[in-house]
Amino acid sequence: MGVNDFSIQVATVNGSGSQSANAVLLRSLFQMGIPVSGKNLFPSNIAGLPTWYTIRASAEGFVARKKEVDLLVAMNAESAREDVAGLRPGAVVVYDEPLGLASLRDDLAALGVPFDAIVRTVTGDARLSKLLRNMAYVGVVAQLLGIELAEVERAIERQFPGKKKAVELNVAAARAGHAHAAGKRFAAGALRAERMDANRGKIVIDGNTAAALGAIFGGFAMVAWYPITPSSSLTEALIHYARKLRIGPDGKASFAVVQAEDELAAAGMVVGAGWAGARAMTATSGPGVSLMSEFAGLAYFAEIPAVIWDVQRVGPSTGLPTRTAQGDLLSTAYLSHGDTRHLLLIPGSVEECFTMAGQALDLAERFQTPVFVLSDLDLGMNVWMSDPFPYPERPLDRGKVLSREALEKLGSFARYADVDGDGVGWRTLPGTDHPAAAYFTRGTGHDERARYSERPDDWEKNLQRIARKIDGARAATPQPELSGSGARVGILSAGTSRWAVEESRVQLRREQGLETDHLRVRAFPFADAVREFVAAHDRVYVVDQNRDGQLGQLLRLELPVELLPRLRPVAHVTGLPLDARSLTDEIAGRENPS
Amino acid sequence: MSEAARAAAPRTNRLGLALADYKGAKTTLCAGCGHNAISERVLDAFFEMGIAPERVAKLSGIGCSSKSPAYFMGRSHAFNAVHGRMPSVATGAVLANRRLLALGVSGDGDTASIGLGQFGHLMRRNLPMIYLVEDNGVYGLTKGQFSATADAGSTLKTGVVNELPAIDTCALAIQLGASFVGRSFSGDKKQLSAMLKAAVAHRGTAMLDVISPCVTFNDHQGSTKSYGYMKDHDEPLHEISFVPSFEEIDVEYAAGASVDVRMHDGSHLRLRKLEEDYDPRDKARALSRIAESHGRGEVLTGVLWVDPDAPTFLDLLELPEEPLATLPAERLRPPREALAAVLEEFR
Repeated sequence: MGVNDFSIQVATVNGSGSQSANAVLLRSLFQMGIPVSGKNLFPSNIAGLPTWYTIRASAEGFVARKKEVDLLVAMNAESAREDVAGLRPGAVVVYDEPLGLASLRDDLAALGVPFDAIVRTVTGDARLSKLLRNMAYVGVVAQLLGIELAEVERAIERQFPGKKKAVELNVAAARAGHAHAAGKRFAAGALRAERMDANRGKIVIDGNTAAALGAIFGGFAMVAWYPITPSSSLTEALIHYARKLRIGPDGKASFAVVQAEDELAAAGMVVGAGWAGARAMTATSGPGVSLMSEFAGLAYFAEIPAVIWDVQRVGPSTGLPTRTAQGDLLSTAYLSHGDTRHLLLIPGSVEECFTMAGQALDLAERFQTPVFVLSDLDLGMNVWMSDPFPYPERPLDRGKVLSREALEKLGSFARYADVDGDGVGWRTLPGTDHPAAAYFTRGTGHDERARYSERPDDWEKNLQRIARKIDGARAATPQPELSGSGARVGILSAGTSRWAVEESRVQLRREQGLETDHLRVRAFPFADAVREFVAAHDRVYVVDQNRDGQLGQLLRLELPVELLPRLRPVAHVTGLPLDARSLTDEIAGRENPS
Repeated sequence: MSEAARAAAPRTNRLGLALADYKGAKTTLCAGCGHNAISERVLDAFFEMGIAPERVAKLSGIGCSSKSPAYFMGRSHAFNAVHGRMPSVATGAVLANRRLLALGVSGDGDTASIGLGQFGHLMRRNLPMIYLVEDNGVYGLTKGQFSATADAGSTLKTGVVNELPAIDTCALAIQLGASFVGRSFSGDKKQLSAMLKAAVAHRGTAMLDVISPCVTFNDHQGSTKSYGYMKDHDEPLHEISFVPSFEEIDVEYAAGASVDVRMHDGSHLRLRKLEEDYDPRDKARALSRIAESHGRGEVLTGVLWVDPDAPTFLDLLELPEEPLATLPAERLRPPREALAAVLEEFR
């Protein structure tokens, strides 16, 4: 910790209006050109329970959650004592003066601030005071860390666009906090924000909004959904931006939105639309995926395109609905009864949320099968810095669809015949104006011409063809991303774990002299590169954000048995985004047992 | 063509198609099953109405009823989906291609038991489609258990008595928002044909509950869904005739003796009253008359409720005329400048 290397944690009461203040604080650092990330650690509650927001500045560009808090802003009486008890020695505490936290520990730099008195200089309105206290702590923190007040004011203007009165009041509150803390910068010790130039051209966006934009530019035509945290904001962003970007010159929408009665119906609508030829998707989380199990099996077997975003949260059951995990890897990979195996895409950044949203729609139509995109709450609901997203250059892949003209030449077709040797049959869309276009889609056993069949050879042949099709998709899905080379120790991860892994690799090198290579899996079924990576390393730590090490378990199911002894599960299941320190300590401990 | 050849040629509809063009595969249902008669009426109706089979999407759930789309209109795409979930699949298909004429075929178990939730929400959306319930009060494929439309007090062949009240799918559909609701009987060829043609002409959800006896598991004394029970308890509200928009009206009824409902497409539903004060455009009356029929042990048949011009789910969505399924890529992907512009918001 030090210059442009610190973490701030703001502890408030849920519903007290601190979101805007925290966004302004993060934004101010971003505008100063300092790499920054923010994570909202919030309860499943509308108002009243404790909530925390962490902001990390890192000149080196590390964006994983930092385990240690360097500066705590303690505004919540309920959580304050525990929050202070958890701080590392030497950390800074800015607290609401009546909480009287200074006496709790003598190894902290504590600064009591009379927020009520400060805000009284700005307004006499009790309701407004409650909100403005938040912007006052932004002013205090800005003063202590050297965040430029002009950037704070610019961020406030951006936060309240077109709301002159709100801007005035919030700027006044920030200034009052800033002025109050003048001369107290010493309290922050080595912590300091200094202008740099690392953010030129960058955007700040959450993964769910990125996914929504990706679907809009990826040519989605229909979304059916049922609200569930943490995926609701994905569909809401999709609706918001599609209404701006996907209305034609005729004033008509090139998409349909249905808020369904449950996730079961949402999945059914997506399957119905996919069958009829529209690029359809839904967004949900683990409990919704459970309900979609039946339709996932139907779509797999009847070979119907569908895209299902699973923004993962902590399960089983209702679990921790507002906390992050990667606990649906196993359930989605083989979702539904009988022999199923689904394509999974696993984004590890907001940019990949954007690109994979379009890829998923392409892959679903190309392989005529459900495609799951496994994001998580940390990626979906938190904001991340990113380069601007690239415009998709490849034309939409609509897969194998026979037109009326093609049928005219062919005379007839067999829906489930493997005419091209890739296991993917040709389909026709309902409404195709040709007497030979129709076929009978069913979840029951069928032959190549989609006729009902219970013949053993028809069943086996069909199921083996589908297996070949799904296996063949491995080359078309996003390939794993390798960093490092030549090390004897490997780390395998998926999704958001990458950020903690990349930071941990630096810590392992600096602190332990341990070189590691990292392979980030981006799709299932696994590409050949995954097997090759495991084969090329003596020990491979498999990083998971779930109890049972589900990525490791999937590898155990899919890799040759002789490679399995190399796998070392590193599972993390706290509901908090994975941090590098926990990972480093565990890997170092296992590499150098004392 | 000579007179003789003309006489020998099969009758064709306004598209020049013969009835044979509307046939499906051979049925595998039991001989005498009411569902087979309904299949015949359905293909007749589409033939008579001159609907191209390629425009029709047949959708179904699971059960004997849901198998039947294989047995008519083989030139139409079909989707035999999962149990009780046909409404959601139909919703997706119609949204993807609004030019499709969707025909859902369900049963009493598929609709009123496992599928009640999706059924209710489909009715509420008034999605343009025909929704048939082939209603026999019993599960056939699993060999004769009660479904939720079985009347209280009715018995299985084994003597088991149904203790619970029946769910009336028509009353539900009316309450929830369907805009054309009727009940008929698989054995009433004339009534069912007219109602199906009117359903084809209707623009919103046309929900028809068709009593369709199960000859194997529910056609005995003690059943209220048997041929015998229907013979004695069928209570038609009116005699129905349907005049499609492309035909001239040639029968006039005396004023007051009939109700003439002008459908949205210009066709006419002519109801010659058998009950003096019944008008199917009166929702409250429809519901109270259905409730009365339960008390009297009658099976009230006919067009129970119709609102020909009710807005449909498609009206709410501002969709283009061109189906979403076949929109060109330039309608589905905004231009490069649009991405650059939207990303500016996040700088």
